[in-house]
Amino acid sequence: MSDSQATAQTSVHEDLHSPALLHHFATEEQQRNASSFGMWIFLGTEVMFFGGLFVSYLIYRLWYFGDFGAASKSIDAGLGATNTAVLICSSLTVVLAIWGAQIANRKLMIGSLILTMLFGLAFLGIKGKEYKDKFEEHHVPGASFSFEKVPIPGHPDQYANPRHAQIFFALYFVMTGLHALHMVVGLGIFTWLLIMAWKGRFTPEYHTPLEIGGLYWHFVDIIWIYLFPLLYLIDRHP
Amino acid sequence: MFDNFPLWPARASTAAGNVDALYIFLIIVSGMMTLLVFTAIVIFAARYRHRRGVLAEQIEGSIPLEVTWSIIPLGVFMVIFVWGAVVYFHSRTPPRDATDVYVVAKQWMWKLQHAEGQREINSLHIPVDRDVRLIMTSQDVIHSFFVPAFRMKQDVLPGRYTTAWFHATKAGTYHLFCAEYCGTQHSGMIGDIVVMEPAQYEAWMSGGNTGPLSATGEKLFAELGCATCHRSDTQGRGPNLQGVFGKPVQLQDGRMVTADENYIRESILDPGSKIVNGFKPVMPTFQGLVNEEQVNALVAYVKSLSGASAVKTNTAMAQPTAPAKGNQVQ
Amino acid sequence: MSMATPIVTPVEREDYLNKEYGVASWLLTTDHKRIALLYLISITFFFFIGGFFALLIRLELLTPAGDLVQADTYNKLFTMHGQVMVFFFLIPSIPAVLGNFLIPMMIGAKDLAFPRINLLSWYLYIIAGIMMLHCILTGGVDTGWTFYTPFSTAFSNTKVIEAGLAIFVSGFSSILTGLNFVVTIHRMRAPGMTWSRLPLFVWSHYATSIIQILGTPVIAITLVLVVAERALHLGIFDPKLGGDPLLFQHLFWFYSHPAVYIMILPSMGVVSEVIACFSRKRIFGYHFVALSSLAIAVFGFLVWAHHMFVAGISVYAALVFSLLSYSVAVPSAVKVFNWTATLYKGSIHYDAPMLYAFGFLGLFTMGGLTGLFLAALGIDVHVTDTYFVVAHFHYIMVGGALMGYLGGLHFWWPKISGRLYPEGWARLAALIVFVGFNLTFFPQFILGYVGMPRRYYQYPGEFQVLNVMSTAGATVLGIGYLLPMIYFLWSMRYGKPAPDNPWKAAGLEWQTQSPPTTFNFEKEPVVTWEAYNYDEIDTGHKEEVKVVG
Repeated sequence: MSDSQATAQTSVHEDLHSPALLHHFATEEQQRNASSFGMWIFLGTEVMFFGGLFVSYLIYRLWYFGDFGAASKSIDAGLGATNTAVLICSSLTVVLAIWGAQIANRKLMIGSLILTMLFGLAFLGIKGKEYKDKFEEHHVPGASFSFEKVPIPGHPDQYANPRHAQIFFALYFVMTGLHALHMVVGLGIFTWLLIMAWKGRFTPEYHTPLEIGGLYWHFVDIIWIYLFPLLYLIDRHP
Repeated sequence: MFDNFPLWPARASTAAGNVDALYIFLIIVSGMMTLLVFTAIVIFAARYRHRRGVLAEQIEGSIPLEVTWSIIPLGVFMVIFVWGAVVYFHSRTPPRDATDVYVVAKQWMWKLQHAEGQREINSLHIPVDRDVRLIMTSQDVIHSFFVPAFRMKQDVLPGRYTTAWFHATKAGTYHLFCAEYCGTQHSGMIGDIVVMEPAQYEAWMSGGNTGPLSATGEKLFAELGCATCHRSDTQGRGPNLQGVFGKPVQLQDGRMVTADENYIRESILDPGSKIVNGFKPVMPTFQGLVNEEQVNALVAYVKSLSGASAVKTNTAMAQPTAPAKGNQVQ
Repeated sequence: MSMATPIVTPVEREDYLNKEYGVASWLLTTDHKRIALLYLISITFFFFIGGFFALLIRLELLTPAGDLVQADTYNKLFTMHGQVMVFFFLIPSIPAVLGNFLIPMMIGAKDLAFPRINLLSWYLYIIAGIMMLHCILTGGVDTGWTFYTPFSTAFSNTKVIEAGLAIFVSGFSSILTGLNFVVTIHRMRAPGMTWSRLPLFVWSHYATSIIQILGTPVIAITLVLVVAERALHLGIFDPKLGGDPLLFQHLFWFYSHPAVYIMILPSMGVVSEVIACFSRKRIFGYHFVALSSLAIAVFGFLVWAHHMFVAGISVYAALVFSLLSYSVAVPSAVKVFNWTATLYKGSIHYDAPMLYAFGFLGLFTMGGLTGLFLAALGIDVHVTDTYFVVAHFHYIMVGGALMGYLGGLHFWWPKISGRLYPEGWARLAALIVFVGFNLTFFPQFILGYVGMPRRYYQYPGEFQVLNVMSTAGATVLGIGYLLPMIYFLWSMRYGKPAPDNPWKAAGLEWQTQSPPTTFNFEKEPVVTWEAYNYDEIDTGHKEEVKVVG
């Protein structure tokens, strides 16, 4: 991020700029850089936000090593892996949408946006199925939680402590729930981007909202890429 | 000193003098620093008052000055840090043969059990010139055991033991406060520490008691069926507890932990979390079947199987010194 | 001797205040100056609510017995005093009012980078404020502002969830303000406004914003976990369910310690501006003062567990955090020395803003020095959770942050309102605040060391004398705070119209109109002079404002 961007072009710009230029900015480049920088900082705050959960998870994982292993084994890694693939594909379609804007290919841009949202919905649908399974197995923390006689991976003669397993599930639901919430917000953002794209607001010169919306979507994807192994893949013995 | 307007509480423990000495040193250092800065401000503000025709002199700065007034304070701070750390280490390291007192805090009272068996509520009788170690836990929320006259404070947590120690030097009655907000009657959770001359203490002790805490523990040990598995030979399904307290224990996963108060407590309430090497994970949990005082009694009994209340931990925190596991964040 | 030389402007010029009238023009504004005023009104409202709670607390503590209010009520009073003052007054105060108003002008910009997000910040603050007010009015919360578990998650019978959510929302207001400032300072500086020419006020807000951005999300997630635990009995912090109460404390203090630097750094920025102007010279050691703000922001993240020395952490952890806590004291000391050195060979005026700056210097020095006591492990064991700590943080937050805020309000009042406040009353108020403050809080150092714990509404009789002194001081302090409220309001109608630069101060904000127009500058300034160019200003050389266009 370089230093002072403002070049002295203040006075005679009114006829020369895109209608999207906001008047407190001197140039479109300044506006674009500011928007992008702002989104990166926001993503930094999101890292710190999820960070508290990751720290809590890591601490309890160290303390309740075997119990967390047993609990992790009980969630469906196949569904989790599918969701990972879904999100990675959706990040690809986001990039394609931006590229579509950059080369003024309206069909590519809008098609990719729609695909992205479909992938997002698929993710949420699969997540819903997982939550339903957990509900049926009584793995949702609370009064009806039950985790009796589940062996610890690698120690078949030892059973996991249900109280400790409950903490795993508490963190599982909070972490994936918060992530899913961010996905829902992302879908909202992309709905708005789709509408703007449909109305023809994006050109090769101006498609900043797509770029920063894309940044947000990639971030939500990256959070999942950390969540998946930590929650689904620990202690998977053959 | 300052009887009508005290600047510090009575000094009634060995720690008090050390803490007050550091305090006075800090007052002197702060006082000098404050004086220095205030004097400079007052003199400059007066001397360089705005006068017609006299301009301010633009001075950019002075790197030597910046270095000086960074390094010197840092040096002073390091002295304070080291002194404070030394005082702290001493106050957190109970002597080997300190007398144990078990404390259970609950909303909104203190329950104390002497090793010799006396129970007290909201008061603690102790003799002068004896090292006393408090082994404390809470039944509900976080409390804090605070005796200003001893310059001693330690939070009392639910779910684990924390420890503190003192050595009273002056007979008298001193305040005991709860110093961690714990709800409605937080400010009512006040007690008395009664420090007595040895003869008086003996007299007080002999006035009605239920026998030593460890004897209560021994009875419980039998009643709850612990002896069935924890036999004093090698045939039991559980480890022999003779002499185990304070010694290292090898666990099934290879780790070594020290069998301190927290370990014993955890073994009773959450036995599956640490399995001793060579034994099967068959011990049931006694969570809900014993209350805190009973756990204290059992811990006292297990300790008594090792002879004196010798504890090898060199911190006042009864925590395993091996890689930590269990419910504490370090 | 006052410097303000009033000039009566005969013609009413257009400015940001009279450009448009009507509620919608205020509630839907994106002008950073109007948003700053919206904040000014809102935080003043919360200041008086928090102050009212403080008054009740001090009244109760006049007598050793708990006889004014019930125990539960008292517990709610100190809790909500803390929450309202910290989250709804101190944290927004200088950044949201003075920072919002001045930063664009100080760097030569028309507005912040994201004006609509700025407005969103205020709305989030208002929503949070309404939630907090509702919580207060429907029963309140009694966990202490620190929300320690398991009391807050499993034992308190009060509106913990509502208060937690209110603070959660207010946190996002804080985050967005910080985000806005960082992007603005990086990307919107006028030509020639290099980093080394930035006013120290901007530097201190930059450092503050970094803390807001990185720290606030952590308390946000911590509150989410507390709310979830309380509502759903999860067990993350509850030992009875396998959790750890100390995990809460670590997560909580990881933000709440840097939060105190959010509260003090902006004030330090104000002090730099005021001392420079009223000594008529550049701040001594400009670069060191600028960098010390960054150092405080960085080191501030490394010391959180000094709030937990007796909480049950290991001896070794305590040693590390004690050592690090001394490191954060050095940049603060460096600032005090540099400000003092600025007075040397200055040309000093005693207007009200400068009196507040002097007050800050004295009180912040004292408060900061008592921090050394607390960082010393041996002493902290005795004084933590007593009135010693209460006195320490009030010296910094009230004697430091609030004095800076008031000084800044006075300094920039002519710019903000186009009016002059009455100087005589302002100086009197500054003196009353200083005296009242010391009378209120100095006895509390002694109270703490002799053993009075905090959050106590009844206490042993031997503590009464000091408590009475403290309450007496509090009434004086209260009067000191009421006076500016009254005369600032008075000045908006009856105060003398202010010239564009009554203090002949350096800084681009003083080259705008008083009050400024909506877009601040007619033409974008090009900066060719160093910050604090008081020599140029005072030697009669024409102020060099190069104008493009």
